[in-house]
Amino acid sequence: MAKRMFRVWRGDADGGRFEEYTIDVDQGMVVLDCIHRIQALHATDLACRWNCKAGKCGSCSMEINGKPRLSCMTRMNTFAEDEVITVQPIKTFPLIKDLVTDVSWNYEQNKRIAPFKPGKKNKDGNHVMYQRDVERVQEFRKCIECYLCQNVCHVLRDHDKKDKFVGPRFMIRLASLEMHPLDTEDRIPKIKEEYGTGMCNITKCCTQVCPEHIQITDNGIIPLKERVVSRYYDPILALWRKIFSKKDPS
Amino acid sequence: MNQATQDKPGGHKTSFASTQRTDMWWVEPLLTGLGFLCFVVYTTWAMWQANHYWHGSYLSPLYSPVLFVDPTAPGAVPLEHAWFGSWPQWWPKFLPASPAMFILMGPLAFRSTCYYYRKFYYRSYFLTPPACAVTALPQADYKGETKLFLFQNLHRYTLYIAVGYIILLAYDAFISYFHHGKPGIGVGSLVLTINVILLSCYTFGCHAWRHLVGGKADCFSCPAGKEHLGHKAWSKVSMLNHNHQFWAWVSMIWVGFTDFYVRMVSMGVWTDFNTWGF
Ligand code: SF4
Ligand code: SF4
Ligand code: FES
Ligand code: FES
Repeated sequence: MAKRMFRVWRGDADGGRFEEYTIDVDQGMVVLDCIHRIQALHATDLACRWNCKAGKCGSCSMEINGKPRLSCMTRMNTFAEDEVITVQPIKTFPLIKDLVTDVSWNYEQNKRIAPFKPGKKNKDGNHVMYQRDVERVQEFRKCIECYLCQNVCHVLRDHDKKDKFVGPRFMIRLASLEMHPLDTEDRIPKIKEEYGTGMCNITKCCTQVCPEHIQITDNGIIPLKERVVSRYYDPILALWRKIFSKKDPS
Repeated sequence: MNQATQDKPGGHKTSFASTQRTDMWWVEPLLTGLGFLCFVVYTTWAMWQANHYWHGSYLSPLYSPVLFVDPTAPGAVPLEHAWFGSWPQWWPKFLPASPAMFILMGPLAFRSTCYYYRKFYYRSYFLTPPACAVTALPQADYKGETKLFLFQNLHRYTLYIAVGYIILLAYDAFISYFHHGKPGIGVGSLVLTINVILLSCYTFGCHAWRHLVGGKADCFSCPAGKEHLGHKAWSKVSMLNHNHQFWAWVSMIWVGFTDFYVRMVSMGVWTDFNTWGF
């Protein structure tokens, strides 16, 4: 057992401050455990959101010593013994209270995306999908919607371009649909114009913070950018489409 | 103990480069920024020298292909190696008669539109953002790659040029095993061979290449369930692509070193160990 000091942000949308708390930390504790201990011993009204404590529900996103993390997956033994731990709510979304933010903007973005639209079934009445095709889109399905990527993305976080860019989480949702072998919907025009692939400057912070280690930029956003290039910016392909009545050479 | 209210509810400051991060977040952008700057300074200097880029049958990659040559310069290629012969009369006097001047634009355009290099220079030089969760340089109306940087969308065309360079450099590496028609091997041959291998690992791990060879398909096994050739190619490219940043750096450093090696042996500062004994 060791005494550890925490600086926890307390307040709401109108303002607040960092409060300092010192608690005993036992072996094996994660930051979320410490927040719970602070709640139990010092601040029963401290608001935080959590659910599974297993890194799977995506509720407990916070900024710990400035880094966007899942608090239930951040072990205390990863910090130096005398390190003060600063805990803040995520920056990009409106604050409700203490460590809890309102992430409903993300659900609104999700609704804007045209859903999966399968083509005709085979003669035997089934859809068939092969493992190698499953594998590529499966990576994106690991997303737990913690919105740490949305939080760290500077387009949303610093430049506040929420009207121009749906953010990395929804880029990978779009990638999972666009790369789906059974899907027949064409979302490329909207990906360029409304969802904003061009706003991402591939600086890869989303990939860096993703607790599911999804290669958001390399496997999701860049391939979408390349599809947009093929449709809108590649002069030879444009000429090809003109000559051969809009069919892509593939 | 309480502290003063911060810029934004939640305790987040909004001024440039502000962060609550306690690690040395500035080390990576600083080192990559300086590292690349060193390369640019070296290449510009080497290009400006207009000499000592050829030794025996070794040609510096910064000077390949040689379009025109001033064969009187020390360490220049013999006249018959230049594609279009001797140095043009119209060349402005204030510029050195350096064959590198004609050809460096190709690799420069390729690297400067590469997705990895974009990541690094948007962070290190444009500070958007300097590091993750560190406030980006404020911009009145951030546009990403939709306006000023729209040209990045032509990266695949620079890739086509880069593939041409790979073929030329592979040829340079091949002829480095012959001296006056006599087969043999020298340290320089190995340096040139490693150069083309590293550059290939970088070039063929390109994101645009990955898209073009197979990634553009929505289905890797339609209609009959058979694996497409494109899937095989995409899987191989994905392996190189996974370490694209690594290949970007080692290939860049090795290009610089290869020029330096040829320069040193051409100047007689270093001796090239080889089977020809020159
Ligand atoms: S790579 Fe793109 S989406 Fe991801 S954090 Fe950076 S700007 Fe945002
Ligand atoms: S992509 Fe990763 S970081 Fe983003 S919401 Fe999903 S799990 Fe979280
Ligand atoms: S509590 Fe569910 S992810 Fe942390
Ligand atoms: S993405 Fe790096 S070379 Fe194309």
